[in-house]
Amino acid sequence: MDEHTLDANAVAGTLHEVFGVELTGQESECAHCGNHAQVGTFRVYDMHGPGVVLRCSTCAQIVIRLVRRPDGSYLVDASGVYLKAT
Amino acid sequence: MAGLAWEIATVAALNDETPHIRTLSLNVAGWSGHRPGQHVDIRLTAEDGYQAQRSYSVASAPGGDGRIELTVERVAGGEVSPFLHDELIVGDRFEVRGPIGGYFVWDGGSPDPLLLVAGGSGVVPLMAIVRHRAAIGSAAPCTLLFSSRTPADIIYASELESLAARGDGLRVVHTLTREQPEGWAGYSRRIDAQMLEDVLGLTGKSASVFVCGPTPLVELAATSLVSLGLPPSRVRTERFGPSGG
Repeated sequence: MDEHTLDANAVAGTLHEVFGVELTGQESECAHCGNHAQVGTFRVYDMHGPGVVLRCSTCAQIVIRLVRRPDGSYLVDASGVYLKAT
Repeated sequence: MAGLAWEIATVAALNDETPHIRTLSLNVAGWSGHRPGQHVDIRLTAEDGYQAQRSYSVASAPGGDGRIELTVERVAGGEVSPFLHDELIVGDRFEVRGPIGGYFVWDGGSPDPLLLVAGGSGVVPLMAIVRHRAAIGSAAPCTLLFSSRTPADIIYASELESLAARGDGLRVVHTLTREQPEGWAGYSRRIDAQMLEDVLGLTGKSASVFVCGPTPLVELAATSLVSLGLPPSRVRTERFGPSGG
């Protein structure tokens, strides 16, 4: 964990934009370690890159990857986490 | 599906809190109301179409009828905050979207004690909680541990003093890390594990904790509080990173 780590709250707007709902207050289960936590607990990296990487706060594995495309849309890989559908 | 649309904000007032900290009062068209602890994204567009986007916590309590306050630190060499400090005038307009976030929020429904830990402008989302707590007459005891460099750098100093003087269970504990007034009896060092143990003694271990500040401070506070016996799920954090100002 270094000083470039932020909380998922820092990208809550982007997550809302991509998933269409407020996500940081939602419960989740890490697909790697099984940790149950709100999405807001995820750690965020690469704030200035073309994408955003979110990692589990317990096992540090990648849970969500977002890649911003030139047209402004996002490619989403959320295979590292189970999210509760609402 | 709740969308997140860009709305137009109009600057209604500007107030300097400290030499480096300014509060923007904004009227936001179509504002849906916020929860204490949430933030907004703002987007500035230059004449050539270049856009810059930043996130700022809402400082005001809910219920402002379309008026929100953002308190912004001027980051030297930054792209957005120097503009907000040096160029922005009342009547200017820019885009905002929000409110954003559902994790770092406190709605006031719980009577559990609150422990708020702030470093510098990390106090902003916590101030929304403190103001909301006062506005709704919450009985939840609340301790704010607030680290500032010098007395002149204490954001919301007089408001915090008068809120604490109401005797309604709010306690404000300052630490001044660089310069202290004569006769200062408070803390004069960075927030550390011992200090957190001290304030946890005031709130008890049933406290809900909100920590906001620079990443090293948040790391230290979260780790220390969990070592002191708080469940990680009760320690909510918001780290300030090098977001480019």
